[in-house]
Amino acid sequence: MSNLNVTKNNEEQHEAASNDRHQHLNLKPEDFRKIDTSGLNAEVISRESVSVWRDAMERVVSNKLAMICLFILLAITVMSFIGPYLTPYDYETNDLMNTNQPPSKEHWFGTDDLGRDMFERTWMGASISLRVGLFAALIDLVIGIIYGGIMGYFGGRVDEIMNRAAEILYSIPTLLIVILLVVVMEPSLFTIVLAIGITGWVNMAWIVRGQVMQLKNQEYVLASRSLGASASRIIFRHLIPNAMGPIIVTLTLTVPSAIFAEAFLSFLGLGVQSPAASWGTMIEDARSAMKVFPWRIFFPALFISLTMLAFNIFGDALRDAFDPKLKR
Amino acid sequence: MKSDNKLRNSSIGQTNAQPLLEVEDLHVSFDVRGGEVQAVRGVNMVINKGEVVGIVGESGCGKSVTAQTLMRLIPSPPSRVKKGSIRFAGEDVLKKSEKEMQQLRGGRMGMIFQDPMTSLNPTMTVGRQITENLIRHRNMSMKEAHKRGVEMLNLVGIPLAETRMKQYPHEFSGGMRQRVMIAIALACDPELLIADEPTTALDVTIQAQILEVMKELRNRLNTSIMLITHDLGIVADVCDKVIVMYAGQVAETGTVHEIFNNPKHPYTQGLLESIPRLDDDKSQPLVPIPGTPPDLIKPPTGCAFAARCKYTMDICTRVDPGLFECSSTQSARCWLNHEMAKEVHA
Amino acid sequence: MSSSLNKNKPLIEVNNLSKLFRVGKGRTLKAVNDVSFFIREGETLGMVGESGCGKSTVGRTLLRLYEPSGGEVKFEGKDIYKLSPSEMKAIRRDMQMIFQDPYASLNPRLTVNDIIGEALDIHNLAKNRTERKARVAELLQLVGLNAEHANRYPHEFSGGQRQRIGIARALAVNPKFIVCDEPISALDVSIQAQVVNLLKELQRKMGLTYLFIAHDLSMVKYISDRVAVMYLGKLVELAESETLYDEPLHPYTRALLSAVPIPDPDSETQKRRIVIKGDLPSAIDPPSGCPFRTRCPLAKEVCAKEMPPLIEHRPGHYAACHFAGEPLPSQEGIVSAG
Repeated sequence: MSNLNVTKNNEEQHEAASNDRHQHLNLKPEDFRKIDTSGLNAEVISRESVSVWRDAMERVVSNKLAMICLFILLAITVMSFIGPYLTPYDYETNDLMNTNQPPSKEHWFGTDDLGRDMFERTWMGASISLRVGLFAALIDLVIGIIYGGIMGYFGGRVDEIMNRAAEILYSIPTLLIVILLVVVMEPSLFTIVLAIGITGWVNMAWIVRGQVMQLKNQEYVLASRSLGASASRIIFRHLIPNAMGPIIVTLTLTVPSAIFAEAFLSFLGLGVQSPAASWGTMIEDARSAMKVFPWRIFFPALFISLTMLAFNIFGDALRDAFDPKLKR
Repeated sequence: MKSDNKLRNSSIGQTNAQPLLEVEDLHVSFDVRGGEVQAVRGVNMVINKGEVVGIVGESGCGKSVTAQTLMRLIPSPPSRVKKGSIRFAGEDVLKKSEKEMQQLRGGRMGMIFQDPMTSLNPTMTVGRQITENLIRHRNMSMKEAHKRGVEMLNLVGIPLAETRMKQYPHEFSGGMRQRVMIAIALACDPELLIADEPTTALDVTIQAQILEVMKELRNRLNTSIMLITHDLGIVADVCDKVIVMYAGQVAETGTVHEIFNNPKHPYTQGLLESIPRLDDDKSQPLVPIPGTPPDLIKPPTGCAFAARCKYTMDICTRVDPGLFECSSTQSARCWLNHEMAKEVHA
Repeated sequence: MSSSLNKNKPLIEVNNLSKLFRVGKGRTLKAVNDVSFFIREGETLGMVGESGCGKSTVGRTLLRLYEPSGGEVKFEGKDIYKLSPSEMKAIRRDMQMIFQDPYASLNPRLTVNDIIGEALDIHNLAKNRTERKARVAELLQLVGLNAEHANRYPHEFSGGQRQRIGIARALAVNPKFIVCDEPISALDVSIQAQVVNLLKELQRKMGLTYLFIAHDLSMVKYISDRVAVMYLGKLVELAESETLYDEPLHPYTRALLSAVPIPDPDSETQKRRIVIKGDLPSAIDPPSGCPFRTRCPLAKEVCAKEMPPLIEHRPGHYAACHFAGEPLPSQEGIVSAG
């Protein structure tokens, strides 16, 4: 085929070529009959229908590392339920004849200084950690999203007041709240959960607020408003679902930080009390004898690290999946 | 503007015009989920020295991909050149190293993009952005480069150029930034200026200013311009030659007069009929082109326009027509130009 | 434009409408500055101007998506800014909007069925799921799509198809008046005509009244009965569309019209283009007097002192200029841009 500025010579060649070009087709006049194109033109969409959700999910599933992490998290969850039933021991019975045992056939993860089975206690700790994580996620989802959604959507004075309140809460260190709570109540899982509940949602509220502020001027929100939609309809049907990516990512970061907070507070003796076990208290118990009986610190530390790592990597994968632009 | 018209015609009549850019059988694809989008499917074009060539087509027709491939600016992956060659001043662009390309871009090839807001670096003064290029490509001293920069800003109609050199992009309005972009693109006297929708983001009164600047530059510096646009009015205003693209292919090429007065491809005809003209009275109804362009993940067999065409014939749905030569300067990818079609429909 | 409509009766009256936006540090942006006009039943009023002239703000304030800073908008005689929330919700059925960006105007998380269905849900227009589905299918057919498209997501459609979905959503509540806010400027040329013809056809069939906002002057001329020109928050000229294009009175309108490139190489080269100097001034700190005086070839001292009022120079032809209709100086004097 040719361009515009062919020389005379080229042109002749091209003429010849264009006649030759179709010779093999043996064109007949019938080929040039006009046909009806209404069938061809039926605005058919040939690509397969994919929702934004499914698209993101498929991208997560195709990420091997993320899937390994998800598997680890599921395994830990399952073990927190069935782990305690796999051995004949329970987490609180002392066996002073068998203290500080290394891992063996009888005690798979060894025993602690009171002869309690470490395998048992590790999964007990897992169940406490996961419960704390779950609770924190729940607080995020309910209070964080509603509070943030309202701040972001209404803006102005409402936003200013609510934001100030959130800032005040956020400025109180969790540790201080726990210590204050312990003064009033006994140190327990409940105090930790309460402390996390008081401040934990603020971060999520801010994330949601930012997202909502960005999204609320989108034309589809204006369209909904011009149809007469109520504020709650706009927030929960249009704004929150479109902020789901950042919300999920924040959740996957909230959970491990809550787990870590529990472990840390328990480590300081402000949380779960003996004989109940959490990964934090187990590490605290093992700390003094770390050099002599290293397995006692190894298992709880291993599972804390694994859980945190798995959540973080999985959260990263989710972020990439919801916002493919970030990925290089 | 009479003289402008003369100049435009003279450059077409030249039979010994020197080709500056030759694109041959270019195929570019993108790998996406679920397959390969064949964005450019066998494009041929030639731009001669001093010529203004308009590339028209709708979004997704491959016009921007072609331009970006010319400058090797398109990230790969996901894109890849499957076939074809691009020769700029006789050299194969596709075989050049990235370093050689950097020499070419901003030096012998200048470019202007659609969005003047994002194509300038916000942290550098405008002066620095002009002089940097000159120092790199033209080995100028700081002083020479500065002088040239002021000259360029004056050329594109920016008043108080000395002061403006010290300012940052945010201190310029949209139209002024686009002028700065043109000044940067032209500072090194490029042989080819690729302008991808240079006025789309601008208002009409500003667009008019920018088009005046471009016309003046062409007349003064004899730069070849490849002007990518969807606005047929702009094409009629400034171009010598027109390439109409559809579904990754060249649908029709010709001089600006041929394309507007005697289009040979139903798509070109359709485009002209579907836009209202300010100088028409409005009793003339608009004739839209029905349907939507084909999804290039699965390009149709036969003519890509067949499904939307008024004149579709049996052969159109089966065999791609290829370009038919209609005159020494015009060709169209349409079976209607086959002798037999003329006989049948006579 | 069916005959039952009274074409002389104004459906919408806008009186001295203003909208200010606070932009921090106590400064305000006068997006819309004391604008008055009316739209007759069944007519299309085009509204043109360059970016930042306030034309979109007029459209949005008209539908009370923004609360006005002053003035009133009467829809069928009722001032909509004085309505209670429930009355406002009811009147929203009569006034709808079609948006500029077909990519941003549809919620990406919802199927087409739910996007159009939302209009039915809000006003309880469908008794059950089957009825809702049937109505959505009917609306899709009305805009040239088909029922199979209902279960797909917006990103699967082309720009033109999305815009038609947006139109179907607006039509779901059987409105009388639609603000078309640059409905075609994001679309491809061949698709623009599809959408414009669809809008015209729907207007004929359903007796709709349009405010058609755009910056494409040729399209506005084509679709509108009358055209209003805005500049920096002010209405500067308003006339029957043929009159406006044939005999513009305001120098800005004249420059605007002459700046549009005509898709005809022969006409273009013969045309004498008026290229006005400079850029649009900031609406935060607008010039004193006439807002156009800084770029106007006719500007004299009086223009800096007094804002020219919008005067009816000929029947139905309004312009706000001290020197409306006076010949412009020859092109050579003003061609140099800057």
